Amino acid sequence: MDIDLMLKVYPFFLEAAGLTILLSILTAILGLFCGILGVAARLSRFAFIRFLGAAYVSVFRGTPALIQLFILYFGGPQIGIQLDAFEAGVIGLGVNAGAYMTETIRGAIISIDKGQREAARTLGLSNWQAMYKIILPQAARLMVRPLGVNLNMLIKATALVAAISVIELTYTAQRYIGSTYKPFEMFLLAGVLYMIIIYVVGRGVTWLDRKVQIT
Amino acid sequence: MTDKKDFVDIRHAQKSYGNLEVLKDISLTVERGQIVAIIGPSGSGKSTLLRAINDLDPLTKGEIWLDGVQVNKKLPHRQYEKHINEMRQQIGMVFQHFNLFPHMTARDNVSMAPKMLKGLSKEAADKLAEEQLDKVGMLERIDYYPSQLSGGQKQRVAIARALAMHPKLMLFDEATSALDPELVDEVNQVMKKLAEEDMTMIIVTHEMDFAASVCDRVLFMDQGVVVEEGPPEVLFKNPSKARTREFLGKHLGATK
Ligand SMILES: Nc1ncnc2c1ncn2[C@@H]1O[C@H](COP(=O)(O)OP(=O)(O)O)[C@@H](O)[C@H]1O
Ligand SMILES: [Mg+2]
Repeated sequence: MDIDLMLKVYPFFLEAAGLTILLSILTAILGLFCGILGVAARLSRFAFIRFLGAAYVSVFRGTPALIQLFILYFGGPQIGIQLDAFEAGVIGLGVNAGAYMTETIRGAIISIDKGQREAARTLGLSNWQAMYKIILPQAARLMVRPLGVNLNMLIKATALVAAISVIELTYTAQRYIGSTYKPFEMFLLAGVLYMIIIYVVGRGVTWLDRKVQIT
Repeated sequence: MTDKKDFVDIRHAQKSYGNLEVLKDISLTVERGQIVAIIGPSGSGKSTLLRAINDLDPLTKGEIWLDGVQVNKKLPHRQYEKHINEMRQQIGMVFQHFNLFPHMTARDNVSMAPKMLKGLSKEAADKLAEEQLDKVGMLERIDYYPSQLSGGQKQRVAIARALAMHPKLMLFDEATSALDPELVDEVNQVMKKLAEEDMTMIIVTHEMDFAASVCDRVLFMDQGVVVEEGPPEVLFKNPSKARTREFLGKHLGATK
């Protein structure tokens, strides 16, 4: 193993990791936004809107994220959507992550005992008041861990955007392999950096999960 | 519909789940201040009837009136929501499994709805919570979370939560059925106290002794109909229907 080479190139990998982190953050924000919209649709009182929500989830969970990215980035221009690779990466991965988050958030909401909603409605709270005052505060506590899993998956999924030439960690590793012919070292370096990012995020999720539990 | 309505007036209540007819044309009136117990075997429709009164389980047919206003009025969705939320503020409900809000202290459980719906200030809502929790003997536990309370204590907080909206009518659906036997009495005491304050109450219960001691009237329900009703001393001692006698035979025996 060529440790010297790894030490020499790792600053460039660090920079690429920065882009991976930025990509992850933007994707997570967009994903959460799409997830909230998705849940609102899936819990709507209008059948058609519920259908749209369900369709969103099945389409984006039912096809490879890579295909979704390719359609957006390579196919997009054909139908008038011009995005650079980074934009396509964030939007493609974010909308994809949103489908998973929709199900996570919905799962937490429907797992709250229906007696909670009934008690709230019985007091005279509206459906929406019952939702944000009674159901969501309880569901939010249940969501932290599974959303943490979504986040973990999403960080790893950012590696896919290497395929549309976003210069993040995986792409950087591939590029250095081209000039060094050392795939073992280059991918190992990338892998270690991914692991550090995911470890830190995981600790954060665990901390948050503990913090929000009811005494 | 200009005829005089009783305080609580249930008219030809009918409820089906698919082909299953759970309530079969039930009519029932309750006067202001009256306490009515509903007894009957499991699955006879007691909860469904009670939950129809505040439209938690909407009737298939029939009308529910409270103090001259129809609870289950047919209105467009938005108007109906506004109407039913106002009606529900006047109808307190106590559940078998308490349904306290686990993320709130006893204080917040009680003060949340008055603050939110009646615009009480934090101070006024706090004072109200203290009063109501004092009334059910739970003032000392005002800053406890539900998970830190026993079943009987939870149910007393749940009663205080309902009372804080100053309801005209209280509905109890087997309020003591989920409690350990030694905790039943503390909840019954609170209900008795309400009875003495002339609260109008409809109580679904399996406790015949309690029903006999606080209620003005007892209804025996079976398979979606009111089989027989009357004052407790008549219904318990001298039921006229065979089905009532059979049910009481099992239950009076079981509780004694
Ligand atoms: N949501 C529902 N869907 C279908 N059947 C129901 C539903 N809720 C209650 N039932 C049926 O209605 C009948 C009456 O139930 P319920 O009012 O809970 O009886 P009780 O409170 O007297 O035990 C039962 O046969 C029950 O199975
Ligand atoms: Mg019942």
